[in-house]
Amino acid sequence: MNSTLHIGGLVALYIFVLAGFAGWVIIGRVPAILHTPLMSGSNFVHGIVVVGGLSALLNASTPQEQVIGFLAVLLGAGNAAGGYAVTDRMLAMFQASGGKAAGRKRGAVKAFQAKKR
Amino acid sequence: MRALLPSLAIGIAGLMAAFLFLFGLLRMSSPVTAPSGIRVAGVGMAVAVLASFLYAFDVSAAARPHLWVNIGLAAVALGVGGGVAWWSGRTVAMTAMPQMVALYNGMGGGAAAAIAAVELLGDKAQGAAALAVTLAGALIGAVSLSGSVIAWAKLDGVIQQPLRLKGQQVLNGLVMLATLALGVYIVGVAHAAFTAPVGLPVLIYAFFGGALVFGVLMTLPIGGADMPVVISIYNAFTGLAVALEGYVLQNPALMIAGMVVGAAGLLLTLLMARAMNRSVGNVVFTHFGATAKQGKSAIKGELKPMAPGDAGIAMRYARSVIIVPGYGLAVAQGQQKLYELVQLLQAGGVNVRFAVHPVAGRMPGQMDVLLAEAGVPYDLIFQLEDINDAFADTDVALVIGANDVVNPAARTDKSSPIFGMPILNADRAKQVFVVKRGEGKGYAGIVNALFYGDNCHMVYGDAQAVLIKMIEAVKSLGLPAAA
Repeated sequence: MNSTLHIGGLVALYIFVLAGFAGWVIIGRVPAILHTPLMSGSNFVHGIVVVGGLSALLNASTPQEQVIGFLAVLLGAGNAAGGYAVTDRMLAMFQASGGKAAGRKRGAVKAFQAKKR
Repeated sequence: MRALLPSLAIGIAGLMAAFLFLFGLLRMSSPVTAPSGIRVAGVGMAVAVLASFLYAFDVSAAARPHLWVNIGLAAVALGVGGGVAWWSGRTVAMTAMPQMVALYNGMGGGAAAAIAAVELLGDKAQGAAALAVTLAGALIGAVSLSGSVIAWAKLDGVIQQPLRLKGQQVLNGLVMLATLALGVYIVGVAHAAFTAPVGLPVLIYAFFGGALVFGVLMTLPIGGADMPVVISIYNAFTGLAVALEGYVLQNPALMIAGMVVGAAGLLLTLLMARAMNRSVGNVVFTHFGATAKQGKSAIKGELKPMAPGDAGIAMRYARSVIIVPGYGLAVAQGQQKLYELVQLLQAGGVNVRFAVHPVAGRMPGQMDVLLAEAGVPYDLIFQLEDINDAFADTDVALVIGANDVVNPAARTDKSSPIFGMPILNADRAKQVFVVKRGEGKGYAGIVNALFYGDNCHMVYGDAQAVLIKMIEAVKSLGLPAAA
């Protein structure tokens, strides 16, 4: 189907191990206070499954494949859109003292990391 | 040649998406950068989805006559699925977040299972190994779908009681084994090792049926307070299913994103289980409420009730207060009033902090979100390991709607079912006020020695009503701000 890429079993294993490792390390850095947005955010990330659904649906050649492919895109799109909406909403609620919106200032990041220690 | 350029573009878009996902998650390591993190990941998703329409230039010959219909179907599915979920995500209450996340997660699992179904029924998987991977992804995705729907129903109150059958574990094991055996049989039939008495599609449908039933059976017996672990497990499952289907579709973006989420879900599952002092297997296979026994050691002392107003005034004259919120606070919708009280105390120069236990709430970190929603700044919210030593120097610990997470029996009483669980050391504060509806026990069904301590007073009542009285009492003092 995809003429530029073929991923054999061993290469797939490489990808799985390295991606799993990267995920473990990156997620391990997330503080407990953000675990709910993290969960909904990672939930959003696996919404990428909608891309697989689109590939299946566009290649569908029978009514049965069209129905199941439609279902895959419908569910995948729900996963991605819903996951994004709730994560974005929750993260906007986390404010620093003084009512300032969570900015991108270096000082604020440092202050938070200092507090954690 | 005509097919080369689109697939190259899809490949590059997928690479961008995978990179942006990881970069976005990296930015979640601080509440300051996290909002931009999800937006970065969102850009990655948008790029990947738009690029997917380039598959249209590269469809198989059999699908070519249906192309325009399929594109239309895809647009409708994206619009309807995305639109409904977006709307529900924008309007859902923060207390209902766990069931919403469970539902979105189930959708992802269902999508992975549906992709597997297209591959299996269309006989598209090449070779026994690819077929086995497709089946594995189908199994995990389908279990995640039905399990998440049950988790949603339990969290939403559609299913009230944990349903436990006699010999449930044996039944679950049999359903799992039968489904696995069917999977092996399908691989055998597809590669002409056996001839099946029924057609392959029938076997495939039966396989999905078994997986869905297993997800239901596995989730039904698990109690409400164990949900943080269950939601984390299904998040990991869906990630894994997506990664496996990514391999089948030869799409590295799906493989990477799925595996990252799988690892994230596994890590969170282990963290939650550790915070509850139980193994993951213990949560899933044995059921806490059914096995918990009363600790034997007798508890000395008595319960000493106190009026809300008196407790409020005592806090106003304290130098430092640590608040331990539990799920009971959210049930009583008391977060807003709590923060109002905190602001009054702060105006009087009292040092107020929040101590949040990892399993406060129905999913990891839910209490932090509920406090943030009420306007509590994140620099006032501390996690267990960061604040536990501070209780000893604190004048007042205010426990609202929490019980087992402050039970000192976890530290001292070896016969207690929660022995060894990390707890907040509220009992070490000079004074403890416990706001509670009545004299009932916590989820673990055990007596809390903290309540009987010499330094502890009970403030009975609905958390919100109690907080309103505390606020009135503090205001009535009429003290100038910042003494």
